[in-house]
Amino acid sequence: MTRVTVENLWKSYGDQTVLENVSFETEPGSFISLVGPSGCGKSTFLRMMLGDEAPSKGRILIDGVALEAEPSPDRGVVFQKYSVFPHLTALQNVMLGLEFAASPVAARLFGRARRRARAASLDMLKCVGLEQSAHKYPSELSGGMQQRLAIAQALIKKPKILLLDEPFGALDPGIRAEVHEIMLRLWRDEGMTIFMVTHDLSEAFKLGTRVIAFDRRRTRPEELKAYGATVTFDLKVDGKTVPPRPEAPAPLAAAAK
Amino acid sequence: MRRFINRRPDAVTQLALMLLPFVIVVICYMVASEARLSVNPNDKLLPGWSTIAAAVERMAFLPDPRTGNYLLWSDTVSSLTRLGIGVAIATLIGGVFGILQGLIPYFRATFNAFTGVLSMIPPLAVLPILFIIFGLGELAKVVLVVVGIVPFIIRDLALRTAEIPHEEIIKAQTLGASTWQIILRVVVPQMLPRLIDGVRLSLGAAWLFLIAAEAIASDSGLGYRIFLMRRYLAMDVILPYVAWITILAFSLDLALRLFQRIAFRWMYRGNGQ
Repeated sequence: MTRVTVENLWKSYGDQTVLENVSFETEPGSFISLVGPSGCGKSTFLRMMLGDEAPSKGRILIDGVALEAEPSPDRGVVFQKYSVFPHLTALQNVMLGLEFAASPVAARLFGRARRRARAASLDMLKCVGLEQSAHKYPSELSGGMQQRLAIAQALIKKPKILLLDEPFGALDPGIRAEVHEIMLRLWRDEGMTIFMVTHDLSEAFKLGTRVIAFDRRRTRPEELKAYGATVTFDLKVDGKTVPPRPEAPAPLAAAAK
Repeated sequence: MRRFINRRPDAVTQLALMLLPFVIVVICYMVASEARLSVNPNDKLLPGWSTIAAAVERMAFLPDPRTGNYLLWSDTVSSLTRLGIGVAIATLIGGVFGILQGLIPYFRATFNAFTGVLSMIPPLAVLPILFIIFGLGELAKVVLVVVGIVPFIIRDLALRTAEIPHEEIIKAQTLGASTWQIILRVVVPQMLPRLIDGVRLSLGAAWLFLIAAEAIASDSGLGYRIFLMRRYLAMDVILPYVAWITILAFSLDLALRLFQRIAFRWMYRGNGQ
């Protein structure tokens, strides 16, 4: 169970401030939807969660420990595009994470280790309904199937946090609803924390246990550069069951209350 | 009446159109050759078909009276060996440096400007230096081919590598990949077909440098033979040699393209991303 604490986070590029003074803390197992207009810094925030970019000021803590400054396996990610590797089949895409961990030099598994990784990966593909397409290349899969594959590929590493950057934005409405169901089920099963950036408010409320909106408080043209976006709304979504916590809350969380 | 831009030839027309320029060139040659030969039957500039056929038979199917070699084939073997070794070395160097420059910021910072400057040196201007250093043997010719095409291959591949979506590199890291593992499993497999593209594009230049080197200092090879025959105005040998080099170059290109299609099926499946 993972608690994410964001403390006075600022991000600026040169003299352009993008995010200012963002602070919040998440309950373990939350599904956080991040919404806001284009350019409000929600994707920038996600990249800082990833470790792809460093905050200008402030910090992000995971279970009280400062975030690693580069991407690592405890934070999985699904982007809107280019999330899977085009030169690998669906099965190979999912197996890749296991091969990286177990084989530092060859990055490939052989014999029994390979068969085990293969079985685990096939199970994972089954979870997202892609067992029939295990041997297809991503270019042979539809957009929805590619995103399901990207989710399976990320989840095989059992990340504490899953970061979704407009993952369903390019999908047709019917397909999107289907992938939503799969996403919710996996989130409940795995008990991880999810951050999802989305443009779609109904999607944000449908999936999230909490919806956080980023926006600029000052919008006069001469203020745009110096002032960034910050958290303008922070709503708990009622009627959502947060997965039960199997362990006692961390001492830090207790102290915070 | 539909716009010209929207009209497409059917399969038969397409084939006919494809052959048309070749046919026109052949007809032009025949007419011009006929005209010159009717004025002077000993004209050497545009030999008739029978003269050319006799020359081909002499070069390809009869042993050379002096050396006992079948000249066209021994020339082809020497040239292709030099070209093959040169291109293979250039591919290896280009592949390694291209990928590292495209992917790793420290590498790029160190070598980008250097390869940029290197690629501006006209390789033929370096040829005398190569002859001085490596002598007049095989090595200098191979090195000229390598020097001539390696900067292009490196820069081309570095650009292709840099075009790999940043998302893929991030994703690999979230799957726990080290730099080495990213190179091995994510970058190299995707860059091999691009490397083949780069090699295909530089084959023309490779032939140019090979023939230049052979013309200046050699005792065998297709380029050597052409420049030797120039002294005798032996167009009946030079023309088939040029045609033969063209066929070889075209076949190499075709072979690389087929290899790419077979070895990297993932590029051609579905409709792409």
